[in-house]
Amino acid sequence: MPANAVRISLSVNGRSHDLEVEPRTLLVHALRDEIGLTGTNIGCDSSSCGACTILVDGQSAKSCTMLAVQAEGCDITTIEGLADTTDGDGLHPMQEAFHQCHGLQCGYCTPGMILASVSLLEEYSDLDEQGVRAGLEGNLCRCTGYHNIVKAVLSAAGKEA
Amino acid sequence: MTITDENAGIGSRMLRKEDGALVTGEAKFVDDIHVPGELWMGMVRSTAAHARIVSIDASAAKEMPGVEAVHTGAELAAMELWVAPLPCAWPVTDDMANPPHWPVAPDTVHHVGEIVAVVLADSRYGAADAVEQVVVEYESLAAVASIDQAVADTDHAHTDLGTNKAYTWAIDEDPEGTQAAFDAAAHSVTCRFEQQRLIPAAMEPRGVVAVPSPMGGDVTLYSASQVPHILKVMAAATTGIPEQKIRVIAPAVGGGFGAKLNINPDEILAITLANRMGRAVRWTESRTEAAGSTHQGRGQMQYIELASDSDGRLTAIRVKIDADMGAYMMLITPGVPLLGSFLYHGVYETPKFSFTCEGWFTNRTPTDAYRGAGRPEASYAIERAMDMLSYEVGISPEEIRRRNYINGGEPFEMWENPAGISFDSGHYSPTLDRALEMADVAGLRAEQQRRRDAGEVKQLGIGLCTYVEICGLAPSRALGGLKYAAGGWEHATVRLLPTGKVEVVSGSTPHGQGHETSWSQIIATKMGVSPDDVTVLHSDTALSPLGLDTYGSRSLAVGGVAISMAAEKVIEKARLIAAHQFEAAPEDVEFEAGSFSVAGTPSKSVHIQELGFVAFAAHDLPDGLEPNLQEQVSFDPPNFAFPFGTHVAVVEIDEDTGGVDLIGYFAVDDCGNQINPLIVEGQVHGGVVQGAAQALYEVAVYDDQANITNPSLMDYLVPSAAEVPSISTDFTCTPSTTNPLGVKGVGEAGTIGSAAAVINAVVDALRPHGITDMAMPASPMRVRQAIEAAKGGAS
Repeated sequence: MPANAVRISLSVNGRSHDLEVEPRTLLVHALRDEIGLTGTNIGCDSSSCGACTILVDGQSAKSCTMLAVQAEGCDITTIEGLADTTDGDGLHPMQEAFHQCHGLQCGYCTPGMILASVSLLEEYSDLDEQGVRAGLEGNLCRCTGYHNIVKAVLSAAGKEA
Repeated sequence: MTITDENAGIGSRMLRKEDGALVTGEAKFVDDIHVPGELWMGMVRSTAAHARIVSIDASAAKEMPGVEAVHTGAELAAMELWVAPLPCAWPVTDDMANPPHWPVAPDTVHHVGEIVAVVLADSRYGAADAVEQVVVEYESLAAVASIDQAVADTDHAHTDLGTNKAYTWAIDEDPEGTQAAFDAAAHSVTCRFEQQRLIPAAMEPRGVVAVPSPMGGDVTLYSASQVPHILKVMAAATTGIPEQKIRVIAPAVGGGFGAKLNINPDEILAITLANRMGRAVRWTESRTEAAGSTHQGRGQMQYIELASDSDGRLTAIRVKIDADMGAYMMLITPGVPLLGSFLYHGVYETPKFSFTCEGWFTNRTPTDAYRGAGRPEASYAIERAMDMLSYEVGISPEEIRRRNYINGGEPFEMWENPAGISFDSGHYSPTLDRALEMADVAGLRAEQQRRRDAGEVKQLGIGLCTYVEICGLAPSRALGGLKYAAGGWEHATVRLLPTGKVEVVSGSTPHGQGHETSWSQIIATKMGVSPDDVTVLHSDTALSPLGLDTYGSRSLAVGGVAISMAAEKVIEKARLIAAHQFEAAPEDVEFEAGSFSVAGTPSKSVHIQELGFVAFAAHDLPDGLEPNLQEQVSFDPPNFAFPFGTHVAVVEIDEDTGGVDLIGYFAVDDCGNQINPLIVEGQVHGGVVQGAAQALYEVAVYDDQANITNPSLMDYLVPSAAEVPSISTDFTCTPSTTNPLGVKGVGEAGTIGSAAAVINAVVDALRPHGITDMAMPASPMRVRQAIEAAKGGAS
């Protein structure tokens, strides 16, 4: 570890972690390479694709756009923390909706897409199709044409697409 | 044979088995895999498009903490880590030019992004830091930055070749007859279209992890690849490492779209450097790096001429393509345009057909397959040209199509096309009828007229495309005839395990297509078992030694058929065991919904899953029958498959801003029998948006020095959910005659139909201005300029 390493503490999926990171370390690299939570994916280097979307204190954030040191003291949820797998099946309703609606193909954008959708519905409970489309503008998918992703989010919101 | 569970077999909308691991983050992509002691590879990439390397100073990089090695191309060549350049498997002509493409440039670079040196360091950031400290001095050579410049042939992308032309390939049986048809034509159109270069942009960047076993000389390569089997063979041929010592694993792969079906410098570097260092070597491309490290798609200038009689019935089609190879021939670079060559007449009968393609080198990133690979280009050219012919003849786009459909739009089987191949089956009119009805084109035309009459700012455009495509690659003999180096068969193994569960080994290798689900459904129907009792193994050459992988919409029509046939062989062997138990003749034993019984005495029966243990224990098998129930099939299809369909795109154009909004899309496709309609629809949705993205948003922009100016996703406009509408889909079903499942393929169909439909809609909206064509992507600036020019403004 370089001499300029910084100690940080953060909570990820309900577990606290104390890390030593370089100040320049991106949060997504800390999550993936240091903590070993590889469910958060990296799809670009310009904050454009949203594959790395996580929840920081309950709100969606692109973890490639935050430094790990900025997450000091934060409560982070990654895709691994969304399902309650300790009590059996336990998929989060958004994960279940993506499955039911065939809202994923290769699945690479899916963790970010699901967490962005969770955050979107937290913020706006009464979205129509155009609202969902506008709300997910920061998350790219190359497989689905978004059709079934939008359907999944509307379904999770209790609406038929 | 019946389906035991109607919600689970062939034809059911079964939810995907793959999803659990993917929605929870459990799935492991290449960059998720770590090995103790691993080294991170960093690539020093050329900043010049065409230049001699004068010097490389790596001294500062070598001194950095954590840096284990820095190797230049010249040093690597001297180490003799490889025995051959990176392979091109499709030398389309005997005299095709194919300059050597080494993993790292030894002395001259030919495109921006070509690797000139490699760094090995002990961390992700350390490798990136070291790359920045390597100083390279270049002596510039003239760069060939466009197809037009390549064709002019004054400056040369490879100075040694003395020309940019790589090959000329033609289907031209009767050029005089074609010319005579044009001379006699009542109507003709001449069109020039550009298929702009596209960046495939699978959401998962490419990446590798090579893990050596120094004592035994074995190496395992994890690669984000569509083609682990082909990669294994080619890695052996390129490195000289004995093939049996190489294992390739494509773990979870985040999309491919053709971009992951190559043999790349990084793959060869990882294998050879891991062996040399005795440590695992890893690399994952950054998105911006990918513009130079992963091949691009399209890149053609198309010249298409149509001749017709006075009613608009085609009498001849003549096509000339100038295809941009980029800087090097990669795995199938030269063959991509030829995949479209058989389809430039589309779904139409024409007495005369002439096709010529010339391949040209430029100093740009190499091109190769991208979703559709040659067929979207073909379908775009003919479907745009047919609209232009309809303007010329003075009839509607739908009418010009009806007048020219093969067999008058009636059903047909085994129709010999003018390019010399046989379409397996087709029935085009119903897809047009249904698409017009679904989109309510009559109503849209009325609304279009109303807006035109009212002079509204937002005008409507309606665009049609009836496409046909060629997939199910492919009969091996046909590929041999085209000089493709490999075959087109696919391999499958089906084994009934002792406990009655079924293990399927698939030679085709998914990266989002849902093979585990679809293959389980095929087994469920064939063998009468629950799909939950089926496991599909794939994408690891140790588990699945034989295979030709996934590309060209081939997995189901070749690989799925192989699985079905292997299941039938297992059933036939199990029938012998059942007959032995029943003390009956095998021909008297029936198989229904998973159970064997003697004809006439249904009370006595045994389920096939119970025979798994019988065959395993082998205590009481018929004399001479080998233990175990495991069968394999290599299926070599007798023909290609030819899916088709009609798409309708509806656009709204703001004439003040030039902004084009795709507001409706209606797709009626025919891919023969369907295994899982849910998955089929998903393939259409994604394919349509990828083609629409070419029409409206995407282009890899190069400047006049052949620098790509928009390599990141900030500037390369992959559309988001906000830019596209929901897609309405429907299907007709004309089973393929090529295979016993009657299936065709659907992975690329959406893309093959949509770019033409969208641009036809854009032009339709703008026709009152006298506009008859629009280049892709139809950006607001282009649309505004076209309107201004049409209004007489000197733009």
